Amino acid sequence: MQQHLRTQFSLFTHDPQVVYLDNAATTQTPITVLDAMQSYYTNYRANIHRGFYDMAIRADQAYIASKEAVATLIGASADEIIYTSGATAGLNMLARMLESEITSEHNIVLTEMEHHANLIPWQQLAKRTGCELRYIPVTDEYTLDYVAAKKMIDSNTKVVTYVHASNSLGTINDVTQLCTLAASVKAYNIVDACQTLAHLSINVRDMNCDFLVASGHKMYGPTGIGIVYGKQAHLDRLDPVVFGGDMIESVTFDTATWAESPYKFEAGTPPIAEAIGLGAACHFIIEQHAAIELEREIIQYLVQALQTQGATIIGPASGGRVGAVSFSIGDVHPHDVADILAKQGICVRAGHHCTMPLMKKLGLPGTVRASIACYTTRADVDALIAGLIVVKKIFSV
Amino acid sequence: MTDQLYKEFILDLYRNPLNRGELVEPDVTYTEHNPTCGDDITVDIKVDTNGHIQEIAHRGHGCAISIAAVSLMSDVVKGKGTHEVLALTLDDVIHELGVQIDYTREKCALIGLRAVQQAIQLI
Repeated sequence: MQQHLRTQFSLFTHDPQVVYLDNAATTQTPITVLDAMQSYYTNYRANIHRGFYDMAIRADQAYIASKEAVATLIGASADEIIYTSGATAGLNMLARMLESEITSEHNIVLTEMEHHANLIPWQQLAKRTGCELRYIPVTDEYTLDYVAAKKMIDSNTKVVTYVHASNSLGTINDVTQLCTLAASVKAYNIVDACQTLAHLSINVRDMNCDFLVASGHKMYGPTGIGIVYGKQAHLDRLDPVVFGGDMIESVTFDTATWAESPYKFEAGTPPIAEAIGLGAACHFIIEQHAAIELEREIIQYLVQALQTQGATIIGPASGGRVGAVSFSIGDVHPHDVADILAKQGICVRAGHHCTMPLMKKLGLPGTVRASIACYTTRADVDALIAGLIVVKKIFSV
Repeated sequence: MTDQLYKEFILDLYRNPLNRGELVEPDVTYTEHNPTCGDDITVDIKVDTNGHIQEIAHRGHGCAISIAAVSLMSDVVKGKGTHEVLALTLDDVIHELGVQIDYTREKCALIGLRAVQQAIQLI
């Protein structure tokens, strides 16, 4: 099934030999996504909102349809979807949107496995408001300490924000439990779903999260676009934090009133082509559901193959994990491993994966990370293993 | 290809670095960090009455390229004064290593030299 899927990605036709195992950083683009964007650029490129001619109406409709596709993928309604430039922008925006409700009396609960994108915006918010940051610890099994979480989340907690699945460890966190804990103290809960939207079935209503963020380019969509899902009631009540064209209802020289949500949160011309591409990517994920289910087998094959080579898995070896698999091999520095693999045409990532505090806690300079997507085959894993045998030979591991 | 960078000469230096360790009562100690790599190299330096490097030792964590490079450069800087040490560049490190360095590894090659250059300015 993966072999058939590969024909839908130009990269593998262009470079059949490539072993692309850096999907947690960015996924490849299906032809349908490229075609959707190409069609906009070549057939009906126009700005959205307030255009009376056919092309503008078509662009408007395609933009709205893309939000409907995103909404279908995550079980939301289209009016609850805000487009941003990516998850980083979304999290920064949320920190600003919630700022007026946070004082020095409050605390914000994060986890030790947060990506810098879901850490620094809250650090900066804490500096501005004097609120406290609390981090749910990561256990020796690379999972969250839910007993500690229960104690940390208290009546002064205003936000609980966490990664659905860790980009460094692969751990899938118990969203339901964290959402329930947050709801029990009326704290906002925010889910960073960057590593899961392309790989797991997600329904925001079942999760009962207040907000969810993701990046288009990690879910077969283009770069430069991301989403913020927010419960309708929150979006209606909260004020925008970026101002300009399109996000207003009425403007005078002295004041302005805001458009309805979600448009009040989308100042300026949005990334229209990227939105259309993201909509196509959502359709791709929905249509390829069966193939995506098979990722679990490849993850297991990858983890076991690495272990057979004597690699140490930095993350859960089985069970609740996604296909971002971090490992170390002997005491070989991750950069040496990745460099030797790169010279054999194998694309992996090495370093701290934007989780420096986590790496420091684990006492690691970084890890090597191989990460899969729906088109990853056993042959890709076998090539990685052959590459690691070369690493081991060079370093006499 | 793979073996061009990871020559036996470089791997030997990585496994058995020159001037590895620490000095007793150094004139200066300095640690250079590369947070991107998670690496750190500490150098101890003793200078003579003319301010030239008399003794140098290094320690820390890094990849094969960074350890081999600091190893070689710790020999190169011996007997040199501040101006001469500060004039050394990536090209000098590459010359010593005798291999091509991709831009992705430039920081690895330079971390040791940077540590020495920062240290000597503190004397």
